[in-house]
Amino acid sequence: MSDFAKLVGAEGPVTVVGGRTRWHVGGKVHPDAREVHAPSGVMSYDPAEMTVTVRAGTTTTELTAALTEAGQRCALPERGGTVGGSVVIGENHPEVLGRGWLTSSVLQVTYISSEGRLIRGGGPTVKNVSGFDLPRLIVGSLGTLGLVEEVILRTNPIPPRSQWVESHDADPFTVASRVLRPSAVLWNGSSTRVLLEGHTPDVAASLNSLTSIGAWSEVDGSFDLPQHRWSFQPAELNGCSGTFVASIGVGTAWRDEPQPRPALSPSVIEISTRMKNNFDPTGRLNPGRSAF
Amino acid sequence: MKTADDSLLADLKRVLGDRVRADSAERALLRRDASVFDGGSAGPTCLCESTEEVQQVVRIALAHGRSVVPRGAGTGLAGGAIPLGAPVIISLSRMNRILEVDTDSRIAWVEPGVVNLDLTKHLTPLGYHFAPDPSSQQVCTIGGNVGNNSGGPHCLAYGVTNAHILAIEVVLADGEIIMLGGLDAEPSGYDLRGVFIGGEGMLGITTKVAVRITPNPPSVRTLLLSFDTPRDAAATVSAVIAAGIVPAAMEVMDQGITIAVENYVNVGYPRDAGAVLLAEVDGLPDGVDIDAQRISDIGRQHGATDVRQAASDEERMLLWKGRKTAFGAVAQIAPNYYLHDTVVPRSKLADTLEEVYRIADEHDLAVVNVFHAGDGNLHPLLLFNGQEPGIYDRVHAAGAKIVEASLAAGGVLSGEHGIGVEKQPYMHQMFSEDDLDHQERLRHAFDPACRSNPGKVIPVGHSCADIQSLRNVPEEVWG
Repeated sequence: MSDFAKLVGAEGPVTVVGGRTRWHVGGKVHPDAREVHAPSGVMSYDPAEMTVTVRAGTTTTELTAALTEAGQRCALPERGGTVGGSVVIGENHPEVLGRGWLTSSVLQVTYISSEGRLIRGGGPTVKNVSGFDLPRLIVGSLGTLGLVEEVILRTNPIPPRSQWVESHDADPFTVASRVLRPSAVLWNGSSTRVLLEGHTPDVAASLNSLTSIGAWSEVDGSFDLPQHRWSFQPAELNGCSGTFVASIGVGTAWRDEPQPRPALSPSVIEISTRMKNNFDPTGRLNPGRSAF
Repeated sequence: MKTADDSLLADLKRVLGDRVRADSAERALLRRDASVFDGGSAGPTCLCESTEEVQQVVRIALAHGRSVVPRGAGTGLAGGAIPLGAPVIISLSRMNRILEVDTDSRIAWVEPGVVNLDLTKHLTPLGYHFAPDPSSQQVCTIGGNVGNNSGGPHCLAYGVTNAHILAIEVVLADGEIIMLGGLDAEPSGYDLRGVFIGGEGMLGITTKVAVRITPNPPSVRTLLLSFDTPRDAAATVSAVIAAGIVPAAMEVMDQGITIAVENYVNVGYPRDAGAVLLAEVDGLPDGVDIDAQRISDIGRQHGATDVRQAASDEERMLLWKGRKTAFGAVAQIAPNYYLHDTVVPRSKLADTLEEVYRIADEHDLAVVNVFHAGDGNLHPLLLFNGQEPGIYDRVHAAGAKIVEASLAAGGVLSGEHGIGVEKQPYMHQMFSEDDLDHQERLRHAFDPACRSNPGKVIPVGHSCADIQSLRNVPEEVWG
């Protein structure tokens, strides 16, 4: 039994605390819940395997530093907080088109169950279809099904060149359809910033292909993103107004106010409720918080 | 005497008319899939043409206490579609319409019976394709791809099926119709869509799918590197990844399969090489030239005796034709083969491969290898004559050793074929009782009574409901 399993135990309401960067998501945790912290540390990392084994309490900053040193990166957003927190919140990196989807990058997950047992799902290799997909269930589950101790993440090489460019007159939707594999196309209603990545001549060629639809200048980075994420269908972003940054081709928009939780269908709620009850029959994991 | 099945058949025919098949020839055919496994027993087969028909069939089966098994093209290699306990088979091959293609949003809505390659052919004139490309793509269906979370050579860079599915309409085992996932960026709630993919038909029946479509890359470079040994080829694969290149595909073939392919389709593979590596990079023209050159250099540093780059699209297609017809070629050199599917860390590829040769030798079996080296996904083909007495015992014994060796190398049971009935006995080697218990909890959230494709994936004996479902067949019916 792991130390974290002992810490979580098998009785009484319990909540796991990461960096508290997204503490508001999914509702307020019951004040009686005992706070625990997941262990931390990059446990093993072999860049040639494109996988890293990292404990949930590790800060994303520490993980990013370890990966950067080897010329790699991963799909986790680098907005502070912990690896475990990021996994159970399930937000994608703003540059998701270049980084990959978080849900596809969590290869193996080790968590402590409601009964205090150590559970492992998925596998350590980049490709795996052995049994039902517990990692995908845990991503975005807000710690309501199990408390994550460790994950194996897929990593990717950092491209030789990354360049943000900005235009005040280009149509962002045309941009997204024109560039092959942009890493991000962000639009705030008045200007568009595009992240071009790859070999240096490819980045130059992509930029060149954009000149016919607007005037472009190099910029240091992305827009500052408002705190709250909204999820749209990509085509719906056309109707965004007010203060926002929208990820064209993806459908995410960042705004100052939180998105009202969309109503799920009764059938989805029924399965989700059964899932919660099957995994946490006593309701002790992050009580008060709900993923659905 | 009127049997329980007469009444089931009558109810099914009321909905589907002559699209219910229950004659002995049909049942004999559907007892099996493309795997080497036997022992299935098929109930009536329902050729459904709509979601509503699937729903009605599921409800009728439920009312008669029978389980259901969805079936696409039956190309699965792990026995996932083998009917256990004489279930009602729901064939989805007639639900084969491409409903909508939206190139602006890069989404296509398709029915589950659409053949994988047919979708890509449909998208080609629009400049798009469906990225997962399993070797069976000429016949396998999108519904089957969803059920197995299928892979293929080009999943190295593009990802397996799960990365290409946005939403799935499902008929659950109780007959409810549900939409999992959605077209928006980050649908809220548990990722039931992601969980459903790879569920091997045990979480419900796919009736409609929104797939992500991928723009065709403007430039592609395909290289064929020859080596004296598979070890050199494997070392090259690791070195390419370590150098920060993620090619679209990296496929290795050993000498046995290379010669078989040459004899079969004559695509110009070197017969004297111990192994060949087929590597492909795609993207913008300058970048692919840079990467192709680097792969070529790395290959030479690791003992490549020859490096050839396809000079034309025709040559490129020919090199891929060799790879894609490998399984057909094997049929020319042995009456039967058993295609295995395990994954190991890339750094363990060469060692594991040597172990595979040793195991085959020890069991007096011929083996050839053609595999997705970039993913560490091994595909040993054990060659045999099924008529030879006792041969299947030997083949399965060798298979068990291969699985054991892969797990010992830090690998997993399956990279893309799934567990089905094939790998079920090995699940305990990879997962603890507690791990399996949680997989079972996941499954029960979708199908509490274990009515959808019971008896697969989770080792039998683990789930009481499964056994109930399998035993709950009236005595006088199909056996």
